Amino acid sequence: MKELNIDFMAQRKIAAMVSVVLLVVALGSLAVRGLSFGLDFTGGALVEVSYQQSADLNATRQVLQSAGFDDPVVQNFGTDRDVLIRLQQDSSPTLGDEIVSALISAGQEVELRRSEYVGAQVGDELRDQGGLGMLFALIVVMAYVAVRFQYKFSLGAVSALVHDVILVLGAFSLLGWDFDLTVLAAVLAVIGYSLNDTIVVADRIRENFRTVRTGSSLDIINLSINQTLGRTLVTSLTTVLVLVALFVLGGDLIHGFATALLIGVIVGTYSSIYVAANTLVALKIDRVDLLPPVVEEDDGRP
Amino acid sequence: MNRFPLWKNALILVILAVGFLYASPNLFPDDPAIQLAGSRSSVVVDQPILDRAIDALDQAGIETKSASFEGKLPIIRLNSAEAQLKAKAVVQQALGDDYLVALNLAETTPDWLVALGAGPMKLGLDLRGGVHFLMEVDLETATQQRLEVYASEIKRFLREDRIRYRAVNVDDEGTLSVRFRDAEARDAGATRIREEYPQGEFTFRSDESDQGFFVRLNLSEQRISELESNAVEQNLTTLRNRVNELGVSEPLVQRQGKGRILIQLPGVQDTAAAKRVLGATANLEFRLEALPDAGRTDTETFRFRDSPRQAIIERDIIVTGTQVAGATAAFDENSRPQVNIDLDGPGGRAMNRITRDAIGRRMAVLFIEYRVVNRYQEAADGTVETLRERKVEKSIISLATIQSALGNSFRITGLDSPAEASELALLLRAGALAAPIYFVEERTVGPSLGAENIKAGTLSVVAGLALVLLFMLVYYKVFGLIANVALGLNLVLLIAVMSMLSATLTLPGIAGIVLTVGMAVDANVLIFSRIKEELARGLHPQQAIAGGFDRAFVAIVDANITTLIVAVILYAVGTGPVQGFAVTLAVGICTSVFTAILVTRALVNLVYGRRRDLKTLAI
Repeated sequence: MKELNIDFMAQRKIAAMVSVVLLVVALGSLAVRGLSFGLDFTGGALVEVSYQQSADLNATRQVLQSAGFDDPVVQNFGTDRDVLIRLQQDSSPTLGDEIVSALISAGQEVELRRSEYVGAQVGDELRDQGGLGMLFALIVVMAYVAVRFQYKFSLGAVSALVHDVILVLGAFSLLGWDFDLTVLAAVLAVIGYSLNDTIVVADRIRENFRTVRTGSSLDIINLSINQTLGRTLVTSLTTVLVLVALFVLGGDLIHGFATALLIGVIVGTYSSIYVAANTLVALKIDRVDLLPPVVEEDDGRP
Repeated sequence: MNRFPLWKNALILVILAVGFLYASPNLFPDDPAIQLAGSRSSVVVDQPILDRAIDALDQAGIETKSASFEGKLPIIRLNSAEAQLKAKAVVQQALGDDYLVALNLAETTPDWLVALGAGPMKLGLDLRGGVHFLMEVDLETATQQRLEVYASEIKRFLREDRIRYRAVNVDDEGTLSVRFRDAEARDAGATRIREEYPQGEFTFRSDESDQGFFVRLNLSEQRISELESNAVEQNLTTLRNRVNELGVSEPLVQRQGKGRILIQLPGVQDTAAAKRVLGATANLEFRLEALPDAGRTDTETFRFRDSPRQAIIERDIIVTGTQVAGATAAFDENSRPQVNIDLDGPGGRAMNRITRDAIGRRMAVLFIEYRVVNRYQEAADGTVETLRERKVEKSIISLATIQSALGNSFRITGLDSPAEASELALLLRAGALAAPIYFVEERTVGPSLGAENIKAGTLSVVAGLALVLLFMLVYYKVFGLIANVALGLNLVLLIAVMSMLSATLTLPGIAGIVLTVGMAVDANVLIFSRIKEELARGLHPQQAIAGGFDRAFVAIVDANITTLIVAVILYAVGTGPVQGFAVTLAVGICTSVFTAILVTRALVNLVYGRRRDLKTLAI
């Protein structure tokens, strides 16, 4: 195999700028547009029904309005025979049955596929819990990396994670995709994945600082990224392959999940090269930061 | 030389063998089946009953696969899900209301595997179809109700001890006030109340105003949390009983958080009926009709349920529905519906004590229903606010003269229809709810969607796996093949561990498996890249193999532990399906580290380990 020697760090200023621009756009969109939270977080009711033939959405809407439901959101879901009906107001739990019986009594042949009702209070709690969970995951991971490596690595890893999470959330905000519980799970999985990537690079940087005696910090970081590049790309590729399979074949309920992970994996691959390493450079990582434990070990021997 | 000691190879083989064994039950698809049970413990389900069910199915032309006692209860296995639905209706009709007919998915795991404790993974509601309810117990009302009982007790013993009081009231803030005419009576009353209840039950306050002299009692914090906890526990028991009455197989009823109860009913189609029975908060109260000279503060006026008549009833409660031990629907001499009631010990004694002295007076049976009504109110800024109001509706269902002292058993009449009688009997039998509940979350997945989810999930696992296998084979050649074998074994182990844990497989859980497939090869990729590097540095292939495995180890462990931490947090914050994802992710991480490090190494050793003359590696 040919020795790779791409000067990644030469582009680090450009990469930093790209990251900053993307982050600003993502944060701006999150601030202005916010996330379009799904039913899990807002509370409300949702009913999915399927028709024998392709559904006439206007007719469905009219039936529901004349049956006394306020502003029902009626849209196709997946195929043109499946219809998703959403009512965002805090409605009663029997709503699903009521909607189906209203449609049936209006002479439409429908089959109930699923109905969901979430009380507003439960939604609020889930949102708080989800946010807390994300913060907690970041803190625990930061502590672990600080113990296993060094605090500069921990800052590097966490800035890469925050970067990835904000970009995924930003994409969902900008494109107005539904943010539901499965997407939250995917975002947390992105944290896990991106970290995995970052740590492999960090592990190599640590090793090289200890074994390679020549070259500047930048050289060593560059060397480490080059050495792990093959692995980073292969793993990202296999993960992207299965996610594409999931995205295409997994069905509509899992779409948001697959999308969030796809974005997360791609962004995570980039961030483990540029964001984590860039943070290390910015924090002026040096041999000295990593040598002490080794020296102590040597001293400990008789 | 790269060789594992014999014990290491043997250990790997044993673990893999156990994995295959425990994963194998998933190869046997469940049979759609119906299960028969008695609606009460006194109803025996025996062979003649099963024969009657089989006859009925034969007559309806529904083919059965098998019908026999499995465990204590008979299970009739059928050929398809449609046949199962038809069979349930047919058998229910043939056996009548004394029997419960439940839809079931009967496992087809061979007996010897079952004997080893092996069984297939359970499918979550999103894959199997069914209903999920989250209910909240109205704790405030629970303590309020208890205070009303205290009020009755206090009135009774003050009266018995001839301590004169004006009134006993419970307000909305949970304060019980006893009003006396003068300070002397108040002090006597306060002393008497203190004697009656254990230390720390109440906090006491005295004050006086134009209206009179008051003792005010508030329940202590500790007592309130005890009451609330009891209310939730009691509701849990009641809901379990009701779920059993519904005849659902493998239901899940569990407490969640402080005041919530989670119920999952797989395979239930008629959600409206399930909700009616589960959420019914009907209760009964037995009280005496007020004497003509009773004071207004001691009485309440209620309407009859089926006529505009009214009656004046004492506030004191003799017994409530919670003290009912048994109830059956029946008909009286005039073939009007009635409910026969058996009280428990304390209930029977209370009933006897009161009715003994009240022969010739009339006793009212109050029917109580709690309902939650949503009202929408437009605020000043135009937003619509939802107000959740709890409504209590009490009405008299019967008012009958007490002929003789009542004991543990008696009957009530005055019900609208036989259906109402049997539903009331069911509710009383299953136990009344100690506190009202309302639904805060409900999810229903129709059976067709569940089946589609399974199909889509399986398809994406297979497709994702195929892509990864192909890529690895092309990119890493022989080593790729080895990694592929390890990946396959990883899936087997993952399924085996999930089955052993009886974990529930959900759609996000399948997504977790797919993700695991993608990420599991990571450890192998790390090892293989290291081996390539070592080879590039000019090491002998055997040394390169050993070095590659050793040096990749730290990175693999670090990377996987952090992901494991995230999975654990995900499990802690998530609910239902998301937890399913977290479980598969966590299990997948553990099994993939095992297969990537040990199994791959064993295979590499097997292929290359003995070859001293090895010149190149196909990597």
